[in-house]
Amino acid sequence: MSAADHRADLIVIGGGIHGCSAALHAALRGMSVIVLEKDTVGRHASGVNAGGVRRLGRHYAEVPLSQRSMEIWYGIADFLDDDCGFQVAPQIKVAETEEELAQLAARRDELNDMGFTHEVLLDRAEVRAHLPAVADHVVGGLACLDDGFAQPYQTTFAFQRKAESLGVRFHEHTRANAVRKEGGDWLVEADAQRFSAPRLLNAAGAWAGDLAAALNEPAPVEAIAPMMIVTSRLPHFCDAVVGATGRPLSFKQMPNGTVVLGGGRRGRADRATNLSEMTFPELMLTAQTAIDIFPAMRDATIVRSWSGVEGRMPDDIPVIGPSARHDNLYHAFGFSAHGFQLGPGVGEIMGNLIATGATNAPLQPFSIARFSDAPQP
Amino acid sequence: MKSCDIAVIGAGPAGLAAATRAADLGYDTVLLDEQPSPGGQIYRAVETADHARTEVMGADYARGRAIVDAFRASGAAYMDGALVWNISTDRVIDFSRGGASSQLSAKRIIVATGAVERPWPLPGWTLPGVTTAGALQILMKASGIVQEDAVLAGSGPLLWLVAAQLVDAGAPPRAVVETTPRAHYRAALAQLPAALRAPGYLAKGWRMMRKVKRAGVRHFAGAENIAIEGADAASAIRFTAKGASERIEASSIALHQGVVPNQQITRLLRCDHAWDAAQQCFRPVTDEDGQSSVQEVYVAGDGAGIGGALSAALHGEITALAIAARDGRGDPARLKSLRAERARDAAVRPFLETLYAPAPHVTAPADDTIVCRCEEVTAGAIREAVNLGAPGPNQVKSFLRAGMGPCQGRVCGPVVSAIIAERRGETPGATGYYRIRPPLKPIPLSELAQFTIPDAPEDR
Repeated sequence: MSAADHRADLIVIGGGIHGCSAALHAALRGMSVIVLEKDTVGRHASGVNAGGVRRLGRHYAEVPLSQRSMEIWYGIADFLDDDCGFQVAPQIKVAETEEELAQLAARRDELNDMGFTHEVLLDRAEVRAHLPAVADHVVGGLACLDDGFAQPYQTTFAFQRKAESLGVRFHEHTRANAVRKEGGDWLVEADAQRFSAPRLLNAAGAWAGDLAAALNEPAPVEAIAPMMIVTSRLPHFCDAVVGATGRPLSFKQMPNGTVVLGGGRRGRADRATNLSEMTFPELMLTAQTAIDIFPAMRDATIVRSWSGVEGRMPDDIPVIGPSARHDNLYHAFGFSAHGFQLGPGVGEIMGNLIATGATNAPLQPFSIARFSDAPQP
Repeated sequence: MKSCDIAVIGAGPAGLAAATRAADLGYDTVLLDEQPSPGGQIYRAVETADHARTEVMGADYARGRAIVDAFRASGAAYMDGALVWNISTDRVIDFSRGGASSQLSAKRIIVATGAVERPWPLPGWTLPGVTTAGALQILMKASGIVQEDAVLAGSGPLLWLVAAQLVDAGAPPRAVVETTPRAHYRAALAQLPAALRAPGYLAKGWRMMRKVKRAGVRHFAGAENIAIEGADAASAIRFTAKGASERIEASSIALHQGVVPNQQITRLLRCDHAWDAAQQCFRPVTDEDGQSSVQEVYVAGDGAGIGGALSAALHGEITALAIAARDGRGDPARLKSLRAERARDAAVRPFLETLYAPAPHVTAPADDTIVCRCEEVTAGAIREAVNLGAPGPNQVKSFLRAGMGPCQGRVCGPVVSAIIAERRGETPGATGYYRIRPPLKPIPLSELAQFTIPDAPEDR
C-alpha cells in the first residue's frame, strides 16, 4: 500500500457548479478540499447552460431547495466577489389557450396550499404589461417576478476562484479512474496520482453514474445534450425569461440584445468523447414556437448554437444526499438540465451535511436509494 | 434526403479540380459553393470578367478560366449560392440556398474552403474605411470597382499584387507601407536557391514591385507601431519607419498579413489540427493527398496549408485521384506525376514563408487594441482572463464573449490563441483553438422554422 500523493478532508469528483459550490461551502466550514475534474472547470453543463435562475415551474420536491438557493443568488456578488452576470428578471410561462391557463392556475393553487407564494398567475393584460411584444393569442401566464438569469461560465468560474481563495485545491485534466476504501479513507486513483480523504462527494454530472456503479450503488444517469441557439442582436423588446406551457421553449433576450432560445430539444451527447453535437431539424419546432409567441422573431438571425453534456435521471429530479450504501460518501448529480439555479443552495446543503453529518434540508425525495429498490435491467 | 458519393465544398481551384476529376472518375459528385459563380476568391467572376478587367487582373487570373470551363464540362452537379452552415459527424450537410435550408448526405467530403486573410488587430482597425487587400481585390474582380487613393499596409505577395493591379487599373495606391522586418530578408536569402527551382514566382514578384515603384507609389519598409486615426472613419495611418514617425492621410486603408487556412469546417468536423510554425498558423493534419484525421473527410488546396492557386488546383485533382486509388480505380501514373509537379511548385514556399512571416508586433497586439470586433474584446482583457486562470480559448470565449459574435470567431480566433499562448509561455498548438459550433454563418430563424426533412420522425 503506497501513500497518497494528496490528502484532504474531502475529495469532490466533478468541477461543475455543484462540485465547486459544495467545495466552497465545505471550505467555509473549515474543511480542506480537493476537487478532481477530468476536463476543465465548467466544461460541460455548468458552463454552457442557458443561464436561467429559475424557481418557476419546479418539481414540488425542489421548491424548498430552490427557494434557499435564490436567497444566495440575491447576494451572489458579495458572496463570490463577482456579480456572475446575475440580474433579477421575471420568469414567465405563457399560456396559449384557456386550458393551459387553467393548468397553470391549478399549479399556483397547489403551491399556495404548500405555503409558497412566489409563483403568481397573470391575466391577459398583466402578461402584456411584462411582455409587450407577446403574440395576440397568448391568454395569460404563470410568473416568478423576482427570478433572474446569470452567466453560467462566469458563475462557475467565480465559485472556483472563491473556493481557491479559501484553500480548495483544483486538479483539472485529472480523471478519477478508480475509487476504493483503504484504511478507512477513500482512495482515488486519478491518472498517475493518488488522492485520499475520509469523505467523498460524487458531483460528476453525466459521468456520475459510472462512479456510483463502481461503488456498487448504481443510478441510471442518461447523458443528454440540450441545444441552445442564439440570435444576432435585436432591438430590446423583452425583459423576462419566457417559457411556454404546451410545448417546449425557453426564451431570453440578453442585456446585449441577443436572444437565447432553448427548451429541451436535444442533440447528440457522447460521454466517451466528451462532445455533443447539434441536430438542427430538431430545432425546427423551437424556432417555430419562438416566432409564434414573439412575432418580432420572424426577422431574427441565428448566429450561434451550443449544447453541453448533462446528466438526466429517469424521473427528472437529481440525486442529492448521502450514499445509501457507504458511510462518508455523498452524491449530488443528475440535475436533469435544471441544476444551475440550485448550485449555490445545494452546495450549501452538501457542505453542511458533509461537515456536520446532518442537514435539515428535505432531501428524502432525492435519495439515491430510490433507484436501488427498482428492478435492475 | 439527397445523397451523393462525394460532396466538394468550395469552388476555388482546389474544389473545381477535385470535383472535375471525381466526376470524370464516375463518382456522383456535388460541388457546393457560396458564390454565384465558380472560381473561389482567386478566380472570382472569371467567367464574366470582360477583356479590360481580365487585363488588369493579369494572366494568373485568366488562367482560372480553363479550370472553370473544365468543371462546367464535367458531370459534377453544381450548387451555386449554397451556404454550408453545418456538417454533422456522419457527413450530413446542412446548407442554405435560395432562402431555404436543406440537407445533403455524402459518403465522402472534400473540404476546399481555401484561405482567409490573417487577422491583424491594430489601433483603429475597426473604423469604417479600413478593409483588407483581399477585399479590395474582390471588389475589382466581382464589380470592377477600383478603390482610389488607398494605402496598402502589411506584408506578403498579395499586398504587392493588389498594388500592381491598382496601378494597372489607373488608380495607383497612395502608399505601400510594408511591415516585413529587415531580418526576414537576411533569413530568406538562405532559401533563395531552392525558391529558384519553382518556375516563375520570383521574377513575377520582382516585376510587380518594379511596376508599383515606377508608378511613383511611395514605399515604406520595416514599418512598426502602425495605428489608424479617425473619429467616425479612418482619416490617416501612422507608423514609424527607419526611426522616423510617419503619417499619411487616407480614408481608405487596406491591411494584409498573408493568408492562413480557413479552419471553420475542418474544426467543426473535429479533424485534428497542428500548429505550423513555418506558416505561423493552424492547419488540419493531412497526408499529402489531403486525407484528414477523420475518416472520409479530405482537405484540398490552401485549406490544408498555404500553397497558392497552382498548387491548389493540383491538390484538388490529387485528392480525387487518391480517393479513386483507395477504391482500386483511377490513374496511378497521373497521381504520381501530379504529386511531383506539386512538390516542384512548393519549392518557393520556404522562401516566401521566411520572408513574409508576420512580424512579432502583428501577432501580439497592445492591451488596448480590440481583438474580437464583434463583441469588442481587447487584447488586454484576454490577457487578464488568462491571469485569472482561464486556461484556453474556449474559457476566454465563455468568460469574455470573444468569438461569440456573428463571425463565429473566424476573424479573432488565430489572434486569441496567439495571445493566450504568449501569456502562458506555450505554443499556440498547445493552447488550442475555439471549438467551432454551427451555424458557420448566420442563418435566418424563419429558415430554421421551415427546415423540414422528409423522413424526419414525427415530433411527439
